[in-house]
Amino acid sequence: MLTLNINGKDQELDVPADMPLLWVLRDVAHLTGTKFGCGMAQCGACTVHVDGAPLRSCITPATAVAHGQKILTIEGLSTDGSHPVQQAWAELDVVQCGYCQSGQIMSAAALLAKIPKPTDSDIDQALSGNICRCGTYPRIRAAVKRAAEIG
Amino acid sequence: MNSPVSRRGFLKGSALLSGGLMVAFVVPGANRFARAAEHQNKTFAPNAFLRIAADNSVTVLLGHSEMGQGIWTGLTMLIAEELDADWSKIRVEHSPASAADYGLPAFGGMQITGGSTSTWMEFDRYRLAGATARQMLVEAAAKRFEVAPSAIRTESGVVIAGDKRATYGELADAAGQLPVPDPKTITFKETKDWKVIGKPTKRLDTPEKITGRARFGMDVQFEGLMTAMVARAPVFGATVKSFEGAAALAIPGVHKVVQVPSGVAVVAEHFWAAKLGRDALKVDWDLGPLADMSSEKLLESFRKLAATPGTSATQAGDAKANFGKAAKKIEVEYSVPYLAHAPMEPLNCTVKISAGKCEIWTGTQFQTLDQMVASKITGLKPEQVAIHTEFLGGGFGRRANPTSDFVAEAVQVAKAAGLPVKTVWAREDDIRGGYYRSMYLHKAQVGLGADDLPMSWQHVLVGQSIMAGTMLEAAMVKNGIDATSVEGVADSPYIKDLPHHQVDLHSPQTGINVLWLRSVGHTHTGFVMESLIDELATAAGKDPVEYRRTLLKAHPRHLGVLNLAVEKANWGAPLPDGHALGVAVHESFGSYVAQVAEVSQDNLAIRVHRVVCAVDCGIAVNPQSIAAQMESCITFGLGMALHSKLTVRDGGVVQSNYHDYQVLRLNEMPVVEVHIVPSSEKPGGIGEPGVPPTAPAVANAVFALTGQRLRELPLQLSGV
Repeated sequence: MLTLNINGKDQELDVPADMPLLWVLRDVAHLTGTKFGCGMAQCGACTVHVDGAPLRSCITPATAVAHGQKILTIEGLSTDGSHPVQQAWAELDVVQCGYCQSGQIMSAAALLAKIPKPTDSDIDQALSGNICRCGTYPRIRAAVKRAAEIG
Repeated sequence: MNSPVSRRGFLKGSALLSGGLMVAFVVPGANRFARAAEHQNKTFAPNAFLRIAADNSVTVLLGHSEMGQGIWTGLTMLIAEELDADWSKIRVEHSPASAADYGLPAFGGMQITGGSTSTWMEFDRYRLAGATARQMLVEAAAKRFEVAPSAIRTESGVVIAGDKRATYGELADAAGQLPVPDPKTITFKETKDWKVIGKPTKRLDTPEKITGRARFGMDVQFEGLMTAMVARAPVFGATVKSFEGAAALAIPGVHKVVQVPSGVAVVAEHFWAAKLGRDALKVDWDLGPLADMSSEKLLESFRKLAATPGTSATQAGDAKANFGKAAKKIEVEYSVPYLAHAPMEPLNCTVKISAGKCEIWTGTQFQTLDQMVASKITGLKPEQVAIHTEFLGGGFGRRANPTSDFVAEAVQVAKAAGLPVKTVWAREDDIRGGYYRSMYLHKAQVGLGADDLPMSWQHVLVGQSIMAGTMLEAAMVKNGIDATSVEGVADSPYIKDLPHHQVDLHSPQTGINVLWLRSVGHTHTGFVMESLIDELATAAGKDPVEYRRTLLKAHPRHLGVLNLAVEKANWGAPLPDGHALGVAVHESFGSYVAQVAEVSQDNLAIRVHRVVCAVDCGIAVNPQSIAAQMESCITFGLGMALHSKLTVRDGGVVQSNYHDYQVLRLNEMPVVEVHIVPSSEKPGGIGEPGVPPTAPAVANAVFALTGQRLRELPLQLSGV
């Protein structure tokens, strides 16, 4: 049994010791907003926050974040899409297929929490680990800047 | 999927596949409109495409699959336009799979999303769906208000007759009791009265896609559902000799190990157990005859073929003799590698088989074929196979497969395991899983006359046929030519008007499965043709834009986008030091796209700073979506131009994941500007036509910058 603090709530979960956080979230806690894309921290679709920092849940054993760390997933970012990053995403019509967007949004939200007014270079650094095959990159860049304005 | 030439071939031939489902392309789906309106729970259901409920909600049932391209919004706009709907009351869902209701007459009656066809093929049918509903609501209101229908107007979900008003929801019950009018009696709005079509409109699927609520195939879960991973052939054509499942079964959570035609499946309670189980599985493979196959050997064999006469795709005059008389001769070879689609959502498919029923949940582009294939495997009738189309985490062609490979496999696993199963492909399975854009080699010999214009053009293409050996072969391969192999060359405006030209094709079979990838044949023909035209301009000593203008003078839509793109890009104006521009223009899927790329180099790396894009896709239904699709196509094209390459060695694929099968990332994304040519021509495709010009525009800019003419993708500068 592991106790994970997910989106502000402690949950006791019966999972294999080596199970990555991604699959605990998806297959055990049934929070499917966090996505599987590559399984080796190459695409960023599985990005969640742990104590506010972005983390690739596909390569992180759940046991490593079972010591009271606060895990935040897309489902916990806001209940209604009202986080500034989500507002900016809607305003600039960013999404296409949408599969990578949970990860993009979590990476962007972590960036803005750390650097409220990011430069292009900050955005490159924070978001180049998140692949989007649909090519929403220009809108992502613009939406991160817009989210910074919304605050 | 095809240019107008090949599309016509497909349309004509695909009727054969469907056992006569094809009907005249006058009023698609007319049979559906002729049926009595369904009338349940006071919900007005005038046809298969929409429902209006008493609460004023309008539900659009989308017969097409949303994979990012924006039809969730675009097709809904067509209905909303003619319905005069209140946009804020509209919700959209994927329709059930039903060829009778949602099949496309032009695709032999099958329900399919592909070939950049949704908007133009559905332009009349979805408007008709909305207009029919509106007319019935007006009739219902006319009865209630005791006025003539002509005294009634509609606006944003409300019927208005003088000072009397009723919402669509208030009229839904009454409208549902009226006979559905004959489509011939329905008139469409005049274009000048359009309020929705042509208006930049934001996506309707954004709220669920920014909150994690959107359900993709991967997200399907229900009590008792197992996850399966399949150990597939490590080498093309390999088969299972034997396997030892004990170690897999020893992993906690693993329930079964079963053999299926594609390999051996480990069925477990969740992904992680299935993965560990598959890692522990021991399979002894008979590697078969392809175990020493490699990209190098294949390219060499393609090169040998290119030196021999192929099957003629198009021919006029005597190109060979006239080449001998040319003032200048250009002889070049181009090549492109195998490519994987690598959509962000790895392939997956959920199947539950029960008495008399097979239910499938997946992101698919090809519902009707999936039903047929599942029916064959289960012994059920196609109508007993229910398909729940989920959002697709990217498609790019991979999720429409003439064998329905990933659906068929999931049905096989569920059948063998006797359990409801979701098969999940790891990224490695996706990259190595065996349906690719073929490697292609082009050999061209072009002779320029004394006027520096082409007088003779010989062109040989060597690459695998997508259609050969599939159920689509009869429809798409004519006289030995798979139209998707030569589209963009055989119908090129630079070639087809020349009195002396010859285009030949070789379609070798290698044992590697090939498939359409976003823009299909144009992925390579666009690169080759637009690079080659630049080479001719160089040989002629002409500016690449001026040279194209001369050659395209009888092609106004090509010229229109070319001129717009170069104007917006300030072609000829001074650039920052170390920067250069390149241009390309190409037609595909009924749309015309020109792009100007601005590049620099950083040692041997190519940096793309800006791409200016002009597109003429006829009537622009949703300019917002068109801009997004051009941005998307350019990103896809840049990945192909700069990075993506699949290598075959020892009969298998070398690459495995995004670290070695590279695609474009955000830090490399240039500024993109999209300009839409105003047009009243019928709509063309938009999901693919932006891809072909990107690689050649970059390659031409690289030549302008460095003098290196790069004739292979991905582009690689050499350190001279």
